[in-house]
Amino acid sequence: MTDIVGEGLVLVGALFMLLAALGVVRLPDLLTRMHATTKAATLGVSLVMLAVALHFAQVAVVARAFAVILFIMMTAPVAAHVIGRAGYFVGTRLWEGTLKDELRPHYDPLTHELRSGLETTEEERRGRDETDAS
Amino acid sequence: MSPIILLSLALMSLALCLAFVRLFRGPSLPDRVVALELFSSILVGMIGVVAIATDVASLLDVAIVMALMAFMAAIGFARFLERGGPRDD
Repeated sequence: MTDIVGEGLVLVGALFMLLAALGVVRLPDLLTRMHATTKAATLGVSLVMLAVALHFAQVAVVARAFAVILFIMMTAPVAAHVIGRAGYFVGTRLWEGTLKDELRPHYDPLTHELRSGLETTEEERRGRDETDAS
Repeated sequence: MSPIILLSLALMSLALCLAFVRLFRGPSLPDRVVALELFSSILVGMIGVVAIATDVASLLDVAIVMALMAFMAAIGFARFLERGGPRDD
């Protein structure tokens, strides 16, 4: 019984990884590709590690398998965030069907400064002076 | 080795090939970093499946180290991109 469940988990995990790879090949720009890989690959690895925990069924192995799952779940969003941020900074082009880029009107790519649109006039003037001075 | 395990390994190998296509085609450095990140995730999964197939539990330590290295590599690449190092994509 555990064998069948474990094999099913391994197979579903492998399918999710294949889905992630398919997404990274087929999707049109950096951010959509990242959305495919980060989530699907994390889920695939988690399912495979659950299968490992089921297969060995010893305390040490189960603890390590869950440590891998926890680690992946903690690091994958952080890695995706820093790569997406760096990709936006270096100016990767978005897909031409993109409807809304909310960062573009508020963000200055030269000074890396972000405006909220709610600044008081004094703050705005100071910000302008700083950009003029630099 | 049961056929399901073999099939899963084949699927993961196919996924590695597809990720390699993206790594090869680019078009920009962040895209390649994403493909490498996917590589490492698939490799962690493959190591898990091999651990099941060969009944060697200590392969899990390899998986942990692999995940750690991938995370460090992603952070390093992102810092490199943000600092604006020399690029040739």
